[in-house]
Formats: sequence, structure tokens, C-alpha cells
Amino acid sequence: MELVPKIETVGLNLYYGDFLALKGINMKIPGQNITAIVGPSGCGKSTLLRCFNRMNDLIEHTKVEGKIVIDGLNILEPDTDLISLRKKVGMVFQRPNVFDLSIYNNLKFGLRIHRMLDGKDEIIQSIRGGLEQVGLWQELKDKLGNNARTLMLEQQQRLCIARVLILKPDIILLDEPCSALDPIATLRIEELLQALKQEYTLVIVTHNMQQAARASDYTGFMYLGELVEFGQTNQVFTNPKQELTENYISGHFG
Amino acid sequence: MIRKSFAEHIKELEKEVTVMGEMVVAAINRSIEALKARNVAEGKQIINDDALINKKRWDIEEKCINLIATQQPVASDLREIVAVLCVVTELERMGDYAEGIGKIVVMLGTEPLVKPLVDIPQMADIGVNMLKRSIDAFLRRDAEAAKAICAEDDEVDLLHEQVYRELLSYMIEDPKTITRATYLIWAAHNLERIADRVTNICERTIFLVTGTMTEVNVSRY
Repeated sequence: MELVPKIETVGLNLYYGDFLALKGINMKIPGQNITAIVGPSGCGKSTLLRCFNRMNDLIEHTKVEGKIVIDGLNILEPDTDLISLRKKVGMVFQRPNVFDLSIYNNLKFGLRIHRMLDGKDEIIQSIRGGLEQVGLWQELKDKLGNNARTLMLEQQQRLCIARVLILKPDIILLDEPCSALDPIATLRIEELLQALKQEYTLVIVTHNMQQAARASDYTGFMYLGELVEFGQTNQVFTNPKQELTENYISGHFG
Repeated sequence: MIRKSFAEHIKELEKEVTVMGEMVVAAINRSIEALKARNVAEGKQIINDDALINKKRWDIEEKCINLIATQQPVASDLREIVAVLCVVTELERMGDYAEGIGKIVVMLGTEPLVKPLVDIPQMADIGVNMLKRSIDAFLRRDAEAAKAICAEDDEVDLLHEQVYRELLSYMIEDPKTITRATYLIWAAHNLERIADRVTNICERTIFLVTGTMTEVNVSRY
């Protein structure tokens, strides 16, 4: 059965100045699944991820060719509304980037930027919903005024995910979301991602092969700016089609 | 429990083992009923249906391989998956023994049996009972129960020897019975093998619980 892709890239090239960082990427990412992108450092996986909400626009001298189609629309078109694109395609980073504000204000921040809610009750409801989704409400409901930086790293990362969720995105991009966390916290975040995939499309970049194997439904393997292989995670990790993939995932290089 | 999704995978795997066990139990029971009723058509059906048991085994095996490749199981999680791989191999072979009895039913056709079936159905009853409880012990990780089940294998061995001696005497008395008596010896042998493979499942349960592989029943010869 051919899945209708949530995100599709067609002949995607990306240049940093003269350097071709992504080479003709053709990829179909299915909706409501977790897709992992793996590959050695510098292979272009984070660059690819940042294309999906046009974060690369913020870097000077980048040039993009090809198409990135999300829900049928090419987001590389010049008239794309970047504010609403980044609301629809949220992002979580390597280190939890909470703001130096209270937990409450961290969550309210995005709502205010996107002018989503006005009434205080509505805001509280929305914040509660976000914290519940990431399993933090019980722990934090009486501490919403505390500075978010006082939280443990795992809680901070959960808070960052909640901050994305309350903007009601469709797609969540995660760039090495567990690399600052210990193994137990990592597993708990992975469990959270499993729960979230019922409603959202998740794309996760990771250098941790075991994490990709454990936590994803689809895996793309990138090498030197090219997408070498893309397939169901079970297939990629038990019977990869490309020798390069096999050598990389079995630790023979990289 | 932190890795909820892994626990769910294991639960699903255990459910599959239960289903496969039930399939094998049904195949053995059907083969003995077909032998008693001299039902050639049912014998053929049992032979065909063995393919379903084989397929179930491959499906479970594939799930195990996927779990090893993607979930990096260690310690008791790893032992469980390895044990499941062994258990389904035993079950698949038991299915083949039931299929073998189905073949005997077909080969015997409607010719009269050389003797009334008493010990053979009893061997099957004991074997099936051991099998059901061995899977239960496996799923409950009950090493003590597994050890106790192994002891019951002696009973099946004794019945097997009894059937063998009895049929041998029929053959000596009347060489015309040799073909038919040999078929029955073969059926009894299949049932003896089934009970023996149940003890292998029990050994895997002990391995799962203790982490050590021990042979519970040592051959008397």
C-alpha cells in the first residue's frame, strides 16, 4: 500500500555558498509515524530537517533547489507564510532551549507570538493540555511560576515539546532531542514520542543508531549529502538494501 | 517499567506463542481422532493445515528478529526472545509429528487396525496435557512447574515401550500385520517425540528464569 506522504522532497539540493550539502534528496515521509534520519556527522541530516520548516533561510548564503511538498503545498514557494509554516511544523532542539522565564510564560510565549488565545482561562486550558500531553502536569501544576531553568534537563526537554504542542502543529521536527539526556530519560522521551505519533508526524535526527532502531517506524540513512536508503525501520535494520547502509548500521565505518 | 512499548512487544509475542501452542494442540488432538475414526479425509486435511503452523512459526521468528535488531534487548529480555525462538522451533516440529500421524491415517486407509487403540490415545492425552502446561509455565516463568512437567515424560516413554513390545509380538505372530503394526509404532514414536520436545520447552523456561541451560531429562541408555 502506497502511503500518502505528509512531507515529500523532490530533487532537493541545498548549497551553503558553493558547498552542495544536500544532493538531490527524494524522500516521502508518511504522516502519523516517526521517521528517523541517521548518518555520520556532517552528512546533512540536520540540514535536511531544518529544510522542513525553512530554518535554513536564517543562514546566509544558502540556496535551495527542488521541492518540499507538505500536505500538497510546495513550501519553497516564495509566497509561503513562514510564521504559519513554523507553527504547523514545530521544532525541538538538541539542548532544551527553555527561555529564562517562568514555566507558565515559556508556554504562553508561543501562544502570544501567534496571537492564538486571548482569555486567561483559554490560555490556562491550553497550557494544561500541553503539559498533560508530555506528562508534566501533575509534577508542575503548582510550580508554574518557577523559572523553567530550575527544572531537570529531561523536564526542560519535555517542556520544550509541550511548548511546540500547544501551538497545535502537524509535524514536529526533533534534532538530537535526547543527546543531552541520560539513558533513562532518553527512553522516557522515546516513550513520549511513541504516544505523540498517534496525532503528529515526527521526524527525528539522531546520531544514535540504537535510538533510531528503537523509536522510529521509518529510517532514512544519509551519507555525504545523499539519501542512501529510506525504508521501514524493521527492514533497514534487519535487511538493508544498500551495502553502505549495512556497513554503517553495523558499525563498520562512521 | 520504563520501556512500555517494548513490554507491549513482548506481550504480543507471548500471545502469538499461546496461539501457536493452541494450533499444535489442536493438530495433535485431530490426528489422534482421525486415527481412531479412520478418517482419511481428515488425515489429508491435517497434512495441509500444517502449513499454517509453519507460517505462524516464521511470523513469530520474524518478530523476534525485528525486536533483536531494533530494541537491543539485554538480560532477561534477551533470554525471553531467544527462548521464544527455541520454543516456536519445538512447536513447529511437534506440528510436524501431528502431520506425520495424519500421513499414517492416510496410509492405513480403511484397513482394520491390528489392535484396539488404547495406549496411543493415552500417550497423546498425556503429551497434550504436558504441552499445554509447559506453555503456561513458560509464559508464567514458572521454573518449578517446568521441572515437574519434565518428570512426566517417563510415563510417555513407558507407554511407548509397551506399545512397541506389544506390536512386535503381533508382528512375530502374524507377519501379515507387519505393515499396519509398523505404522502404529511410527505413530507412537511421534507421540513419544512430542512429549520429549515438551521437555525442551520446559528447559527453556528454566533457562529464562535462571539464565542457565540445564538438561532436565537425561537419557537412560
